Amino acid sequence: MGEEVKLIGARGSPFNCRVEIALKLKGVEYEFIEEDLANKSPLLLKYNPVHKKIPVLLHNGKPIAESLVILEYVDQTWEGASILPQHPYERAMARFWAKFIDDKCMSALWNACWSKGKEQEKAIEEANELLKLLENELKDKKFFGGDNIGLVDIVADFIAYWVGAIQEVTGAEVLTKEKFPKLFEWAREFINCSIVKEKLPPRDHLTGFFRIKLEAPDTLKYNPQVR
Amino acid sequence: MAEEVKLIRTWSSPFALRIVWALKLKGIEFETVLEDLASKSPLLLQSNPVHKKVPVLVHNGKPVSESLVILEYIEETWKEKPLLPEDPYEKASSRFWAKFSDEKLLPSVWTVFISQGNKQEEALVPALENLQFIEEQLEGKKFFGGEKIGLLDLAIGWMADMVSVLEEVTGLKLIQEDKFPLLSAWIEIFADVPEIKESGAPREKLISKFQAIRDAYAATK
Repeated sequence: MGEEVKLIGARGSPFNCRVEIALKLKGVEYEFIEEDLANKSPLLLKYNPVHKKIPVLLHNGKPIAESLVILEYVDQTWEGASILPQHPYERAMARFWAKFIDDKCMSALWNACWSKGKEQEKAIEEANELLKLLENELKDKKFFGGDNIGLVDIVADFIAYWVGAIQEVTGAEVLTKEKFPKLFEWAREFINCSIVKEKLPPRDHLTGFFRIKLEAPDTLKYNPQVR
Repeated sequence: MAEEVKLIRTWSSPFALRIVWALKLKGIEFETVLEDLASKSPLLLQSNPVHKKVPVLVHNGKPVSESLVILEYIEETWKEKPLLPEDPYEKASSRFWAKFSDEKLLPSVWTVFISQGNKQEEALVPALENLQFIEEQLEGKKFFGGEKIGLLDLAIGWMADMVSVLEEVTGLKLIQEDKFPLLSAWIEIFADVPEIKESGAPREKLISKFQAIRDAYAATK
């Protein structure tokens, strides 16, 4: 059956990476279209006129935007490893934590990594509260999804990988082994999964990108051109 | 099988009202636990320790929080009278617009109503833009869900009474019939659905509440 799957994205973006991991998990072949976010293409503006952000999945020409919405779509459309659990209550818990990460953790962690002085102290306190909740939620599981990665692990990719890269550049200590041993271990396991490893952008690309950001502080406000 | 469904909510929360609608539309019996957010109950704090907010659905003792997450849970647990379309693409579309409603539409509309003067003029721009996106979604449809009410109608349902209350409080007509004919028509049909009609908060109480909120914002300027 002729099927056409395209992904409009940006390889440095954790939101983009979520979708690539999901497609890989399901064994879906797709064409990747790299978007220059400083110079948005007519294609992006056509397929995501509402937000004008990446990632956008195109399935047989029909666009789906918003990474969480895309993840649910991918799970329902293709066979293969499950992204969400089977049972309604567990699905609700997965959705709850995925939303928590998106709504609260992303901006809080970003701010904690990039701010300075008193502002950073406060930001790190806030990040600590949130990370503690995640650490507790992980309990003794290898992944949030249990023995295998699931929705929450995928949505937490920023925490597992990007935070470490930013910390390397700024010297911030937001997610450390001492503060959050379980989360730290989870991060290690997550980025070492073969499927994930293949889709993560090279670390030196990220640190290079973040070093440039360090020199341009007015670009540091949390304003993702990605969802 | 004896089933226990409780909904922890406040009298005015539009997010909680979505859940009332969903439960009623599905014919699910439930008990309401009214919450006073100025003095949060142990039940709420225990059921939603992360956010400490309403609504929370407690099903056989197990709590679910975040209204859109609750709606999906209700949909997947009680499969009669489905609120989401079968087709994955249509489902994705409903979810996308429900998210848009919460993250962009509602905040932009709210900002219009709590602002004054120039700030209100500025706030109108994104609000009208967002309303236009939603208007287009109703093209060729009676409800956002098609012939019948769906999850997206429930997600956007806050527009049905909240907006008219806000319009009355501020004297600003945001959803003008000539600019938004489809949305205006939808608001009427939606509000007329029996399960919706019987669930609304008392209008006069809502008007007082929003008048007070708007006054408080004006005073802090």
